[in-house]
Amino acid sequence: MNPADESRTAKALAQEIGEICSKTSGPLRFMEVCGTHTMAVHAAGLKSLFPDNLFLVSGPGCPVCVTEKRFIDEAMLIGQQHDACMATFGDLVRVPGSFGSLATFRSEGGTVRVVYSPMDAIDIAAAVSPRPVVFLGVGFETTIPTIAATLKTALARGTENLFVLPAFKTIHPPLRILAAKEDLHGFLLPGHVSAIIGSDSYEYLVRDFRKPGAVAGFEALDILLALRDLVRMAVDKSPAIINDYKRVVRSEGNPVARAVVDEVFEVSDASWRGLGLIPGSGLALKGPYARFDAAKSFPVEVPEAKDDPRCLCAAILTGAKTPDRCGLFGKECTPEDPVGPCMVSSEGTCAAYYKYGAA
Amino acid sequence: MCLAVPMKLIEITGKGTGKVDSGGVKTDVSLMMIPHARVGDYIIIHAGFGIEVLNPEEAEIRLDIFRELAAATARLEET
Repeated sequence: MNPADESRTAKALAQEIGEICSKTSGPLRFMEVCGTHTMAVHAAGLKSLFPDNLFLVSGPGCPVCVTEKRFIDEAMLIGQQHDACMATFGDLVRVPGSFGSLATFRSEGGTVRVVYSPMDAIDIAAAVSPRPVVFLGVGFETTIPTIAATLKTALARGTENLFVLPAFKTIHPPLRILAAKEDLHGFLLPGHVSAIIGSDSYEYLVRDFRKPGAVAGFEALDILLALRDLVRMAVDKSPAIINDYKRVVRSEGNPVARAVVDEVFEVSDASWRGLGLIPGSGLALKGPYARFDAAKSFPVEVPEAKDDPRCLCAAILTGAKTPDRCGLFGKECTPEDPVGPCMVSSEGTCAAYYKYGAA
Repeated sequence: MCLAVPMKLIEITGKGTGKVDSGGVKTDVSLMMIPHARVGDYIIIHAGFGIEVLNPEEAEIRLDIFRELAAATARLEET
């Protein structure tokens, strides 16, 4: 599409959204679950197109943001006490733990290797052998299969010095908690997570909570289209799950990817920043893959982490507060010198607000 | 973190591996999760892995919907 037609399409969708929203006097609040959507919404300035009674709040779908301080602390202690080389996705390097970040660890002589693909960690392990390489296992359903496939490869190759510190999270358990909130009227569902788990997997939102959901792609028009469907379902009180990203997401998702995950992981509990411990929302290494678990191979005493009590990341991650309500926002907490994870991650709500303003 | 981009599969290089191209930039990726991918397909790449094959019919349907909306707006602009 040419830019003129794109802008015409956006105009048409925004107008339709406005017309539907004008049929109701109350506020309509939807949550974009995915951090990549958060960034896309702000980058495109979509909120400036919304009618006054339409609100889009950010959810817990930024893996870096929901990772607890304790995880960073444990990783750094393992690195320090076991001379381990850290391998990680770039997003995690600057996330502050209780005693600095991985960037601090690196500046103090520790080894931190940023990888594009988790498979790179296998090559790093071969290069630094016998030193242990610890991959920081953070991510949702999109990323988890890539880690599972990596460990499957490592097991087949007999790689002995590669480990994963698992902090993986799955989206359905927190979504169930959020779906119970009266003041949320529906969900903009994550596109690439859905590519793995399938649009059918959200049926409980309709069945158990009578809330609509729309799976959305990441271009501005994809998001507007999904929002139009969401406001229509909410106003008509006809909740359903609509897949607005059919070019990528199948109703059954990607069973091959899920089979790899099931071979390597089993369901466990997980702690989320902002939501606390959520039963069944994490994954643990199982069977022959248990030997890759860095937490079990390198036990360390992790002191109890203390969060800055003024940091509102926890409330921001559940859509309860917006970044501008936080006293640290833009003053003591900026992308250059972040206090909380929502400002560190490029997909964090605070980072998006800071970069693009609230609109 | 769940960022993923479509790239064209230009070669199957081995068992479960392939080469993709995006605007002249070529990269090796794993096809372990998309055994049904064929040369010429656009595949969605995340962290060095193909996670899904882009469905061209659905991509076209989406464009049709948008073109229709754009045309309707254009007609309004003329009146």
